Amino acid sequence: MRTDRAAAAAARASTCTALLAACFATQAAAQSITAVSYGGSYQKASTEAWFEPFAAATGIRVDVEDFTGGLAQIRAQVEVGNVYWDVVDLNVSDVTLACDEGLLEYIDAEMLPPGPDGTPAAEDFAPGTLSDCGAGVVVWSTIYAFDASRFQGAGPETIADFFDLEKFPGRRGMRRVPMFNLEFALMADNVPAEEVYGLLDTPEGLDRAFRKLDTIKDHVVWWEAGAQPPQMLADGEVVMSTAYNGRIFNAQVLEDQPFAIVWDGQLLDINQLAIVAGTPRVEEAMRLVSFASTAEALAALGRRISYGPARASAAPLITTHLETGVEMGPHLPTHPSNMTGALWRDWAWWVDNQDVLNERFSAWLAR
Amino acid sequence: MGLVLPLLVFLGVTFLAPLATMLLRSVHDPVVADALPATLAALREWEGEGLPPEAVYEAAARELGSAREARTLGQVAGRVNRLQSGLRSVLTRTARDLDDVAGGPWREAMAGMDSAWVDPGTWHAIRAAGERFTARHYLNAVDMRRLPDGSVAPQPEERRIYLPLLWRTLLVSLAITVFCLILGYPIAHLIAHAPPRRGNLLLALVLVPFWTSLLVRTTSWIVLLQTQGVINDILVAIGLVGDDGRLSMVYNMTGTLVAMTHVLLPFMVLPLYSVMRSIPPLHMRAAASMGATPAQAFRRVYWPQTLPGVGAGSLLVFILAIGYYITPALVGGSSGQLISNMVAYHMQTSLNWGLAAALGALLLVGVLVLYLLYDRLVGVERMSLG
Repeated sequence: MRTDRAAAAAARASTCTALLAACFATQAAAQSITAVSYGGSYQKASTEAWFEPFAAATGIRVDVEDFTGGLAQIRAQVEVGNVYWDVVDLNVSDVTLACDEGLLEYIDAEMLPPGPDGTPAAEDFAPGTLSDCGAGVVVWSTIYAFDASRFQGAGPETIADFFDLEKFPGRRGMRRVPMFNLEFALMADNVPAEEVYGLLDTPEGLDRAFRKLDTIKDHVVWWEAGAQPPQMLADGEVVMSTAYNGRIFNAQVLEDQPFAIVWDGQLLDINQLAIVAGTPRVEEAMRLVSFASTAEALAALGRRISYGPARASAAPLITTHLETGVEMGPHLPTHPSNMTGALWRDWAWWVDNQDVLNERFSAWLAR
Repeated sequence: MGLVLPLLVFLGVTFLAPLATMLLRSVHDPVVADALPATLAALREWEGEGLPPEAVYEAAARELGSAREARTLGQVAGRVNRLQSGLRSVLTRTARDLDDVAGGPWREAMAGMDSAWVDPGTWHAIRAAGERFTARHYLNAVDMRRLPDGSVAPQPEERRIYLPLLWRTLLVSLAITVFCLILGYPIAHLIAHAPPRRGNLLLALVLVPFWTSLLVRTTSWIVLLQTQGVINDILVAIGLVGDDGRLSMVYNMTGTLVAMTHVLLPFMVLPLYSVMRSIPPLHMRAAASMGATPAQAFRRVYWPQTLPGVGAGSLLVFILAIGYYITPALVGGSSGQLISNMVAYHMQTSLNWGLAAALGALLLVGVLVLYLLYDRLVGVERMSLG
């Protein structure tokens, strides 16, 4: 009895010392940084593929926070001069906007790691995935998906089918923003992908896109968060919905949902890692960005969620899904079989036009 | 006096100062004026017809370059872009291209970079964005705009959005106030005149939802009201509606009205309850003994005495409803959005804080006007929160 108690006390004492030692160790390295991502399965994948291995390799702890995109919080932190976010995962239009406003640190391509065979980063990254303030990580896509169990016979196959209420009756889910929807509308109206933005730049083209949206407006359920479309499909709230391809993939392989993706007319997008301007931990932040943008780290992400890698050398490393062993290739937006009829979202055009179009879209919704 | 000083300081820091900043932000926007002072000064010489003189181009070329170096160009370009779409990229691209230009003539150099530089509209937009003190956020908030010649005109029809939304917000808040009154009055009466044990139990039933998280209550309504939700399932099960005719009760105006009425109901019940409890039951018995029918007694004796509670509850519910944000955002879909959702959009997404401030100021004025109106008609000193 007595020895038991003594042993317990000794054990307690040694735990305390160990904890203290750990405390001092982290203190000495002074190291923890904050990375910000979108929550859900994407954040889980980034944590496993980037943040945890980075912490293990460098001893710098990464605190992960989530946000819903946009620049309001970053701008507030920079304007007030109290920056507590270090690395942020942003889409390329937000990186451009924030970079012009001085909200992000510059990231030079030379600071990024070369490919496994020594190819310099500037050549290894796909065109358009690097910018003044961002290092490209993933190529993702807005597609539309449907619940195959709800269609007897052939399901929808083209983007035009999404707007075809006669052939495929039922409610549709769409994101409550003009972005994506205007492009989909024109492509469904038989405009070839490469002519979409040229046409949207004219008043007639815009009117045409809104007229096309008019045809299904009464049958649309609008969503806002990426987690909603798979939920709405599973609940039977809608028969088909636009969605981010990774979310649908997850529902397919992890939850065995009978969902199918229509790749025709998919809208490709790029996300980049960026560093908030004025963070006192800029060196550690840059180390994390370098770490996460290696081919190995991008492949580690690509084996967890079906978003394509931003650099060429990572593509062959993405073999099977880690959890289920599913072949990843055909599920990536950039796979050749998915690229017919695909459109790269023109972020520069949206940066210029989103203010007016958001007002017009809100007015259109309210009518 | 010394004892209330901490409270006054607290109020000043957390309430009055932010309010003043917001009001200032709605009319004051120095970003463009600070970044392009010489350009704007040179533009003042320009009549507004044809193209501005070379001096304007020269100053603009110099100041766009220095704004780019100071990394304020993004904010400048963003503000000009709000007045004319497409100019954001023109400004940022030109500033970048100008790095390679050694000297003038600047007009030809800039015209070669983008044809927007030989469009007088571009210069009108820059001049308008350069106003240090401006009414354009308020104009924008009431769907108006300033034309290049200085006159004020309504926005093109497809962009009119804020006035209809303001109207809708007022009407919805009014409707919710009426619903709360109709639902809350009998409940408050029941609680106030029930035996104490039962009264306390009923009061707890009002208070428990009041203490429950707003998000929980709102999402519960989604579970109840959605097309595959509890209510629709019951209606289909008892055969009242067919499986393909399920009712849309959420993600639209119905959802907003139902959820907000429920969320705000306690704010009506509690003031009514405390006023009703102070009305002696003897009054009604006295009225009856003098030959009044129950309806007469209610109308002439009971109702007038509850008016202070009705006023307090209605004003409270209305003012809370007019600024409500999270419930319409979650259950309102596209037709159930209110003006505060637009304020949130401009705060968080478009980063047009000036416009958000102007919309907020309009709401503030609306509430103050109503308060004064109420004071005139009923008298604030008659309002009772119990």
